Amino acid sequence: MNVLVYLVPLALLLGLTGLAGFLWTLKSGQYDDLDGAALRILPDDDVAGTQ
Amino acid sequence: MTAETIDLSKFVERGDAGTSHMTLAVDGVGCAGCIRKIEGGLAKLPGVIDARLNFTQRRLAIDWHDGEIAAADIVAELEAIGYHAHPFAPERADADDKRQEKRLLRCLAVAGFAAMNVMLLSVSVWSGNASDMTFVTRDLFHWLSALIVLPAAAYAGQPFYQSAWRAVRNRALNMDVPITIGVSLALALSLYETAGHAADAYFDSAIMLVFFLLCGRYLDCAMRRKTKVFAGNLASLKGEFAHRLDATGALTRVPISALQPGDRVLVRPGENIPADGAVLDGISAVDDGLVTGETLPRNVDPGAAVYAGSINGGGALTVKVSAAGTGTLADEVERLLDKATAAKSRSVRLADRAARLYAPVVHTAAALTAIGWLLAGASLHAAIVAAIAVLIITCPCAIALAIPAVQVVAAGQLFRAGIILNNGDAIERMAEIDTVVFDKTGTLTLPDPVVDASAVAPDLLGRAARLALSSRHPLAAALARSAGEHVPYAGAVEEPGRGVRVLIDGEEARLGSPAFCGLSAATVAAGDDSTASWLAFAHGGRTALIPIRQRLRPDAIAVVEALAARGLDLIMLSGDRPEAVRPVAQSLGITDWHAGLTPKGKIEAIARLNSRERRVLMVGDGLNDAPALAAAHASLSPITAAHLTQAHADALFLGERLAPVLYAIRVTRRARSLMRQNLALAVIYNTLAVPIAMAGFATPLIAAAAMSGSSILVTLNALRARFVTPDKAMAQAMPARAGRDEAEAQGPAVATAPIAAVTSAVEAHDHECVL
Repeated sequence: MNVLVYLVPLALLLGLTGLAGFLWTLKSGQYDDLDGAALRILPDDDVAGTQ
Repeated sequence: MTAETIDLSKFVERGDAGTSHMTLAVDGVGCAGCIRKIEGGLAKLPGVIDARLNFTQRRLAIDWHDGEIAAADIVAELEAIGYHAHPFAPERADADDKRQEKRLLRCLAVAGFAAMNVMLLSVSVWSGNASDMTFVTRDLFHWLSALIVLPAAAYAGQPFYQSAWRAVRNRALNMDVPITIGVSLALALSLYETAGHAADAYFDSAIMLVFFLLCGRYLDCAMRRKTKVFAGNLASLKGEFAHRLDATGALTRVPISALQPGDRVLVRPGENIPADGAVLDGISAVDDGLVTGETLPRNVDPGAAVYAGSINGGGALTVKVSAAGTGTLADEVERLLDKATAAKSRSVRLADRAARLYAPVVHTAAALTAIGWLLAGASLHAAIVAAIAVLIITCPCAIALAIPAVQVVAAGQLFRAGIILNNGDAIERMAEIDTVVFDKTGTLTLPDPVVDASAVAPDLLGRAARLALSSRHPLAAALARSAGEHVPYAGAVEEPGRGVRVLIDGEEARLGSPAFCGLSAATVAAGDDSTASWLAFAHGGRTALIPIRQRLRPDAIAVVEALAARGLDLIMLSGDRPEAVRPVAQSLGITDWHAGLTPKGKIEAIARLNSRERRVLMVGDGLNDAPALAAAHASLSPITAAHLTQAHADALFLGERLAPVLYAIRVTRRARSLMRQNLALAVIYNTLAVPIAMAGFATPLIAAAAMSGSSILVTLNALRARFVTPDKAMAQAMPARAGRDEAEAQGPAVATAPIAAVTSAVEAHDHECVL
């Protein structure tokens, strides 16, 4: 059971990293315009020669 | 659009370094192509630094260098690209809502993280309890759970604790009180058990409850904010403008909130009085009903005081503003939302009462459960666990959410489609209708008809157009626009359903129906080509008949067909002549039509339908339709309707298309069935779950899952109201949101040839929704 000594903190650390990542995306406004983000990838005007 | 110029400086925020910023609500955005077209089109304008469209909120943020371009030019450019837009002053309330939503999302993330990690430990303990786990390992796992859950629950549960504390301090009970007690009891009991090396702890139940509740709370908050955003857009797109008179007597359209004390404004018959002030000129009667509750119209003459929100009666007034405009956007949005979601309908009242009765019942039931188990000889531990389960499981969230959630989503969906609800119970009433009664002018046809200027002497036309500025009748508005007159006559009086009159150079001039101007029916018939409507003008012994032609709304035929296909009876009631009504009725396929009706005739027709137990939806826009709208079971008006008419309509729709009528019926019918489903779901859940919990069969974890599950189920079910898509057939009949000229090219015109001759060609816009 000694393996728990580092596996449990490791699991918690991974979880905390995910949490921190989510809070960062929230803070940087990535959920402000979800519908728009889905549509903005469609036009090809950032590729040279298609416009 | 109009003969007046527009002043929008109020909405522009000055930045540092000589830049300006403005936020606009944009109507008609539907695809990726729209984003590119709007952002690309505006970027080409001189001085524009950045234009960014938020597609979710249908709002455009634009920055530009001062002086190189005016705010009104930006709006005009958007109009030219094919999108109706109106500037928007962002309110603090909006930012608060956004912060609240983000806070809930942060709490949700923390609770979710904690719940996942605790389940990892709990599942190990459960399987360990069934096999060979030592109590040392189990205690370690319990203490680890406590380490994760206690701070997480303290942080993520704040929205509930704060709300419960507020309620208790006000000596009331709300749903958050049992939640807070349940969570605290579960955590305290778990700590006590863990310290005593017990086999079970309830940290997982407590954090799961918080997590699921936050899911429901977040969905609710996001849905309300979305509805609020669309209501805000509509409030600004609706653009409450006042007609300000400048020193030369020319009219400028200004937003009501931009009015200053001392400004002079023109108030036409049937319009709202935009601000408090005193009458300078004109005689009329005003309806103060919305302000003071007084139902009898009050006669006003120069010198009399008038109040913002009163409705002007039959005469045009010039008012000197004494208090700055009150119609701020925040007020307007609150008003729209209050009206749309006000708890008026029977089912909402029922749900409210149930939720109020429930809170004390929950606590009593939990206490009785604990006492009952103790009396029956159970241990204190078992009694408390059963009481916690009852406390959590009976929380009335599902019942309290069942109806309002649907109402909020349906209202949001209607707002999004450009339909403004005036009444919360309109949703239920509109769902019940079986007959649709249409007015013709301005309702089935576009509100802006076109004047055939070649048929009238120019000097008479000029005077007629100037007099027309004082009338709200759609035909008069067309006349006013066509001649480009800016200065109205003082003291004009409108007689509803007949016309306007005024003294010009000491002689009475009349504009209105031929009979009102002393012309016989024979004169009208002589010059008749049966496709035009006629306004007559009489002044100084000379008379003129001014032909004005109307076009059907671009999608009128498709919408009428779709309504008929749904088994609704369609009737057309018009005040216009039979010769003008017949071709419209024929092209729409409406067989039951009546022409030449007075306002009284329209009410009688509606009353006859009512007495035959028909549930009538009246769609109309004129001053003469207002009584009929009030008499009908439910009513709809285009946003171009007179204010008096708007006040009587259950809902208003924006734009050139008739499709909102069909859409409103579909959304409200869907909403009604969802409300019934939700109520049934909530009642079934509670009748099943409560006895189970009281009997002690539910652990706190199961109680948490069941209770949150029922709330989330009800909320998600309500969200289904959002999936009423605009009709495919409608979309094909008219590409997205065609410009007026396109409507003329594709839409069925009542009289095609003459229109082409008199309409000034406006640039045609391609508005296909393609990438």
